[in-house]
Amino acid sequence: MSVSVQEADFDIGAEIDALLAGRTDVGAVATFTGLVRDINDGSGVHAMTLEHYPGMTESALEEIVAQARARWDILAVRVIHRVGTLQPADRIVLVIVAGSHRGEAFAACEFIMDYLKTRAPFWKREDTPEGSRWVDARDADDSAAQRWN
Amino acid sequence: MNIKVLYFAALREALGTSGETVALPEGCTTLAGVRALIAARGGDWEKLERMKNLRAAINQRMAEPSATVADGDEVAFFPPVTGG
Repeated sequence: MSVSVQEADFDIGAEIDALLAGRTDVGAVATFTGLVRDINDGSGVHAMTLEHYPGMTESALEEIVAQARARWDILAVRVIHRVGTLQPADRIVLVIVAGSHRGEAFAACEFIMDYLKTRAPFWKREDTPEGSRWVDARDADDSAAQRWN
Repeated sequence: MNIKVLYFAALREALGTSGETVALPEGCTTLAGVRALIAARGGDWEKLERMKNLRAAINQRMAEPSATVADGDEVAFFPPVTGG
């Protein structure tokens, strides 16, 4: 199972070990971890709630992983995205890409995150001292995804 | 022809519901048509047309406004995604 959407936290080291178990062909592992920050757009954030579209979320993530595998010669991928209510410093998302060499592992890891940001159906709501607000999509995320076209 | 329509995030809150079954009249066969049909109820439903950059999916795949909707489909409307 390469993709998980879950409320529970994850252990990055344990996930890498599980992904590599029994393999001797991997020469490079790239990981990306996204965290909840305590400030966004000038306001303090004391909690964040992630909503998603059950069913579509998993298939969208699997489609993104399939595209990464089609573009780069990579050996194994793991994506975990948390949902529910999170606090500052909590982990939100993990992408692990294992390959023969670092080049394709780095590139595929960045590609998966850029596509996840613009194509996977998750929505963030932040609790701030001024109240609760939905996070607006950022143009920078669209630009980041488009550079892979 | 009946379809299931789902709403997410800020749109779900604005409409006060996470989803409903919608009966489509003869000739209403596209995503854009479904959106216009629901918005035509007026009131808060107009947000379906007014909300900026609204996205949509048919049967859990992103879809363009011109995409065809068929009996039994699951259609979803939502704001641009903000995960990661």
